[in-house]
Amino acid sequence: MNKKILLTLLGIAALSLAACGGSEATKPGVEDKSVGADAAGTGAGTGVNGQALDAAGKADLLAKRRVYFTFDSSAVDEENRAIVEAHAAYLAANKNVKVVFEGHADERGSREYNLALGERRAQAVERMVKVLGVTQDRIKTVTYGEEKPVAMDHNEGAWALNRRVEIIY
Amino acid sequence: MKAVKYLMRIFLTAVLVGHASLASAILTIEITQGVDGGLPVAIVPFGGAGKERPPQDVAAVVEADLARSGRFTPLDKKYFVSRPTDDKQVVFKDWRIVKAEALVIGSVKPVAQGRWQVEFRLYDVYKEKQLAGYSYVVAGDRLRAVAHQISDIIYEKLTGEQGVFSTRIAYVIRESAGKRFSYKLQIADSDGYNPVTVLSSAEPLMSPAWAPDGTRLAYVSFEQRRPVLYMQNVVTGSRSRIAEFNGINSAPAWSPDGTKLALTLSRDGNPEIYMMRLSDKSLTRLTKHPAIDTEPTWSPDGKEIAFTSDRGGRPQIYRMRADGGNVQRVTFEGEYNARASYSADGKMLTLVSGAQGRYHAALLHLQSAVLQVLTDTPLDESPSFAPNGRMILYATDRGGRGVLASVSSDGRVRQLLKLQEGDVREPAWSPFNRSTINQGVSP
Repeated sequence: MNKKILLTLLGIAALSLAACGGSEATKPGVEDKSVGADAAGTGAGTGVNGQALDAAGKADLLAKRRVYFTFDSSAVDEENRAIVEAHAAYLAANKNVKVVFEGHADERGSREYNLALGERRAQAVERMVKVLGVTQDRIKTVTYGEEKPVAMDHNEGAWALNRRVEIIY
Repeated sequence: MKAVKYLMRIFLTAVLVGHASLASAILTIEITQGVDGGLPVAIVPFGGAGKERPPQDVAAVVEADLARSGRFTPLDKKYFVSRPTDDKQVVFKDWRIVKAEALVIGSVKPVAQGRWQVEFRLYDVYKEKQLAGYSYVVAGDRLRAVAHQISDIIYEKLTGEQGVFSTRIAYVIRESAGKRFSYKLQIADSDGYNPVTVLSSAEPLMSPAWAPDGTRLAYVSFEQRRPVLYMQNVVTGSRSRIAEFNGINSAPAWSPDGTKLALTLSRDGNPEIYMMRLSDKSLTRLTKHPAIDTEPTWSPDGKEIAFTSDRGGRPQIYRMRADGGNVQRVTFEGEYNARASYSADGKMLTLVSGAQGRYHAALLHLQSAVLQVLTDTPLDESPSFAPNGRMILYATDRGGRGVLASVSSDGRVRQLLKLQEGDVREPAWSPFNRSTINQGVSP
């Protein structure tokens, strides 16, 4: 069991480095808001998640089913990246499990643009877990845009909770 | 087997089509900013005959219509010197005294079997001349419709432009249903009366768009737990899926001739604008860009499509030829510009413009590129023009609830359309063409 976790962790470390490199190389830098490309503070390629994925933290991370974003962005920051990677590790180890990434936006701006933004966020998470070894046939992405908020207030606190990808499996 | 399962799923998501019920919730209109200097009009209470009173006060509906337009100032009846109800009783001097420029008189009289005869006349007080005069015989439940027709005639005679009082608005209402929400697509008269629910769903509804002939709505429904595009005939109640590809199927916009839809699909990986020929559902992809491209809108001549794209880093409005060529950015002011919609003359776009975290309904004058912010509320969405271009209807937030609001395109007159409860959003003003809304066909 320990051996399996170790192998998975090694896999994650290697693949997340590959992810950053790959994503930067294939996307035009100027408008790409996807994972790793314009995310100041993700510490791209700096061994991101070593501490976050230690044995004690792993269960906590798996209990977190929501990944949060800043306004009009689909960049996954370091803290949220650790959550995605913990789920990716679980999914890589449990090949019968299928996952849905459900992208959401806050209420500001236009509904149709937010629908597209929700999809972009779900795809950002999808790309991360694929790089970490979860195959496409086990992943579905869907966007609800701003249509399904979890926090009903109209302030920054609520908006921050609503800009999210839900990891459902 | 698969088909059965599929049908079951549709059934279980509890979508009710054609179960159109007269909703009790009526939008009430509150004029939040009026204007001085409207044309002074005297509207005399309509006469009747016998003891039977009509179920609608036709003159009151006409007066409210004209006041709401912002272009007329109905005069206070307490200053009226006389109260004529037919042509022979009109003394023009009485109306010059109260400084009325136009005079409206009329009567509503019962005829056989619950039907009513409505007569009205419109006069130019200074030229002492009748400008219009019509007579209608209708059932009691059509009296409001007749009143709106009268308002349209008065508006057109006095301004030279077509009125929009007989048009309708479509919108989405979200209501609490226990811990969850329910969603309704409704159509109401332009003054919020006679709302009819044309679709109920347990999942969100978005982006209703009227066909130019006023008989069909295209919209997005999440009843399959993802955004799928539907079309519904509001006359027959019949409904069909028109785009259900992988990813996003949304942002429908009818071409002015009604033969094509511009729409957003992300089936190729990211949102792109496509054109669908409705006769055979064939698709032509119009944009090719890794950014988000969405919210297409046709110019009234059908030659151009404006759309939202974040290809420059943030969402801004671009336009292109209807075949996808010659893409040009049109908004440069403001951090965030989205959801554009053309005016009937093609000279302006109304859009959502955001800066410093506040999102307002705004007007872009295409020739001068001047962006005019029309509102001061921070969460405005989905603005669209009335078919005569004089008003802009949009969704906003009032006290934590979604409401509809309208603003005259010169920014001077503002109104709020409120519901007793629930959130209202996604308003779409119908074209001039008016059809009878279906109230009871099952799929």
